[in-house]
Amino acid sequence: MRLPTYRRDEESQPPVHWPDYVSNPGRAPKRPLVLMPQRLTEITGPLLGAERVGQHDNDLTVQHVGEPQGQRIVVTGRVLDGDGRPIPDTLLEIWQANASGRYHHNGDRHPAPLDPNFSGVGRCMTDAAGRYTFTTIQPGAYPWRNHHNAWRPAHIHFSLFGQAFTQRLITQMYFPGDPLFGQDPIFNSVRDPKARESMIASFDLDATVPEWALAYSWDIVLRGKNPTPLENEEDEDDD
Amino acid sequence: MTEPLVTTSSQTVGPFFAIGLPWEDGPFVVPAGTPGAFHIAGRMVDGTGEPVPDALIETWQADPDGRFDHPDDPRGAVSSGFRGFGRCATDVNGRFEFLTLKPGALPGQAPHVDVSVFCRGMLRRLVTRIYFPDSDNSADPVLALVDSEFRHTLIASVAPFGYRFDICLQGQDETVFFDV
Ligand SMILES: [Fe+3]
Repeated sequence: MRLPTYRRDEESQPPVHWPDYVSNPGRAPKRPLVLMPQRLTEITGPLLGAERVGQHDNDLTVQHVGEPQGQRIVVTGRVLDGDGRPIPDTLLEIWQANASGRYHHNGDRHPAPLDPNFSGVGRCMTDAAGRYTFTTIQPGAYPWRNHHNAWRPAHIHFSLFGQAFTQRLITQMYFPGDPLFGQDPIFNSVRDPKARESMIASFDLDATVPEWALAYSWDIVLRGKNPTPLENEEDEDDD
Repeated sequence: MTEPLVTTSSQTVGPFFAIGLPWEDGPFVVPAGTPGAFHIAGRMVDGTGEPVPDALIETWQADPDGRFDHPDDPRGAVSSGFRGFGRCATDVNGRFEFLTLKPGALPGQAPHVDVSVFCRGMLRRLVTRIYFPDSDNSADPVLALVDSEFRHTLIASVAPFGYRFDICLQGQDETVFFDV
């Protein structure tokens, strides 16, 4: 069997061990990861989601009776693979803090106001060209006790499936020019400067909605395929 | 070929994903009442043996015939309607569970379930596999990559509800994790 396989891009990814993030050393596995060649289970994956997306799931500002507090923003972009091919019909799930930097979660004890009109949760499917759009509120920065006076730069959490188990990604989108980048061990866990910067959205004047909302654009790149299906180990196994 | 694009970096799922990611039907790879369905359940612990209450576990597996409802399966697509995917957040005791059917064997591989683990403290996904104690795993090429001393961490045990599979992030029984 000849299988398409997905390129490794270790350079762009944070390490397993990153002690600057204080909850990492007690959880990161101590033994080295075992390199696993991709087989059928890894090159397939769940193709689902359309049935999970409700009418207001891509507009986090209209999910309640009233309008949420804060700066309205549009976040738009494309989901691509490493070869620039758009990934259509794939589910994106997002969650974020409100304008004051507080999550709608019991465990969040940051003494900033909750907003009864903001849950901070969104979902959408990419269209045929791999495009997605969310309307939301600019999230606030929040303190998190990792080190003295630690603050997370403003961010939106993104979860994506792509088309294969191998492409699964959970990440965070950041905003340009955030003064908190320098002290954030999560952002800085990505050592390659080009990869680190690719987590930052661009201000997008063209997508801005006059008299209504600022806009940011952010493309997300999932792992690309190896150029030609390699002779897979599966062949050897069948011998 | 043009220069490949930089893959977007993984970042931690953080402590508050529970507002957005868990699905009510997430643990149901197959609907309740499916004939032959059983639970795979377990507990996730950290290096000190404490439960990990803020992890998201996902599973991906073939249907009982060993097929995936996916166009890249070179044996041809099937549309069994088998979701194959499960998602469960751990509870305060680090527990998780899935209702599923036993995957069929794949060409050259013993029946298995691929597992993704996301949690606060990890910047990237951890990948592991669940194998079944009542299958012939002796010729499986992925298990063969694993030091025989640690192989047992990938094999579930029989339980009254189906199978038990614990995930240990560190320690004597540290689960084997893969780089795919
Ligand atoms: Fe966050």
